[in-house]
Amino acid sequence: MSQTPSDLKYTREHEWIRLDGNQAEIGITFHAQKSLGDIVYVELPSVGDELEAGEEFGTIESVKAVSSLFSPMSGKVTDINSELADRPETINEDCYDEGWLIRVALSEPDEQDNLLDDEEYDQFVLEEAG
Amino acid sequence: MSSTTINKTPLHDWHLQSGAFMTDFGGWHLPVRYQSDKQEHQAVREAVGLFDVSHMGELLVEGARAADLLQYTTCNDISKIPVGAARYNALTTPAGGAWDDLLVYRLAEERYLLVVNAANQDQDFNWLQEQNSQFGANLRNVGSDYALLALQGPLAVDVLESISDLPVRDLRYYRFLEGELLGCPVLLSRTGYTASDGFELYLSPQHAEAIWTKLLEAGASFGIEPCGLSARDSLRLEGGLHLYGHELGQDISLYEAGLGWIIKPEKGDFIGKEALLRSKENPQRKLVGFQMQEFGIPRHGFPILNKEEQTVGSVTSGLLSPTLNAPIGMAYVPTELSEIGSTFLVQVRKRRLAAEVVRLPFYQISRST
Repeated sequence: MSQTPSDLKYTREHEWIRLDGNQAEIGITFHAQKSLGDIVYVELPSVGDELEAGEEFGTIESVKAVSSLFSPMSGKVTDINSELADRPETINEDCYDEGWLIRVALSEPDEQDNLLDDEEYDQFVLEEAG
Repeated sequence: MSSTTINKTPLHDWHLQSGAFMTDFGGWHLPVRYQSDKQEHQAVREAVGLFDVSHMGELLVEGARAADLLQYTTCNDISKIPVGAARYNALTTPAGGAWDDLLVYRLAEERYLLVVNAANQDQDFNWLQEQNSQFGANLRNVGSDYALLALQGPLAVDVLESISDLPVRDLRYYRFLEGELLGCPVLLSRTGYTASDGFELYLSPQHAEAIWTKLLEAGASFGIEPCGLSARDSLRLEGGLHLYGHELGQDISLYEAGLGWIIKPEKGDFIGKEALLRSKENPQRKLVGFQMQEFGIPRHGFPILNKEEQTVGSVTSGLLSPTLNAPIGMAYVPTELSEIGSTFLVQVRKRRLAAEVVRLPFYQISRST
């Protein structure tokens, strides 16, 4: 049973990106939130920040672990999920919808060709687990 | 490490079937959490939780010279342990650090069970064997003879009483009894690594799954949760309990680690005694507990800075405490910054955030026994 929606693209750092023309929404995958455990704190960028593909844009912390967030593609931050400040556990509960992290206006839409589709991502997770 | 060399506890299949998130820890494949770290942590604080800690190592030391070997290789006074009791102790290095921290159970007049960290057990055994050449005690690694379950939390005693006639309620802190639980021989001690009340059960691996399952069944009406390493770590940190490799190590003086209470120079000669006495006179740094004054979660390895913003120490463990809902940690700092109420800065990634030294432990229960 896959927990990886087929309409999203993925990174090897376990982020997902939902593309809608030049707009995109970014979050972390089911596998990522499961590895982290109960998420207790999220540090996000500011609206207006410019991100490059692969750039660290924030931090996510669970009871046990801390993990950096990397932008799947380049663009300008247009919105952040401010609900997460009070309810970071939303990411555990619904990582692909209510638990989104940031929205971005993409500057290099072609970068999506570098990302994984759902099957490639599932395969990557399996390989990473050894 | 390849999957063929990883050790598995007798409950490994149960953990996998339960959907636990697993990790490699100290050479063992163990559950990090079953569902939620916070829920598991809370169960231990408010009700009861059950841990598989069968990865812990067990060494048996027997014979007329057993006590001499242990007196010489550890810092605490073995002669003060009555039969039927356990004591916290450390296997000392010549420099006054620790090869390991451990529990010593006195099973009989001349029979001791050492419970050591999984990752250190071979090194501990080899070190003891080397030292034993001058004593000739009977020393055996008996780790594979034992499964170890930890039933922890204020209702642990009720769970045990519901399935057994053993006098568990009257068992005092750091005492143990031997008996039968549901027909299986067990050694049951009032010990744990959570800073809540609780018991540890040493039993034969062949009985582990039956007892584990029965405890979960009996505990269901008490709100029991199976618990993983994540909760074990957050619970011990709230309790200000040391974790080897974080607060303890070969290069860390046991005095600086705040473990002066287990160091008994008056008992006679032991490895590391001279170095420890020097460190007591002139400590270079101290282990402290701290709470963040500005929000940020301290983590292992984050630098500690003084007011002049010079790096003077580092965080050994830290988290957002589930019980206190506050970011807390432990760190080694220079003695002048170690008083309760002292303040320093913690480098949390790009930010330098204020923290204040607070009394350890962060969380404590009152024990009637």
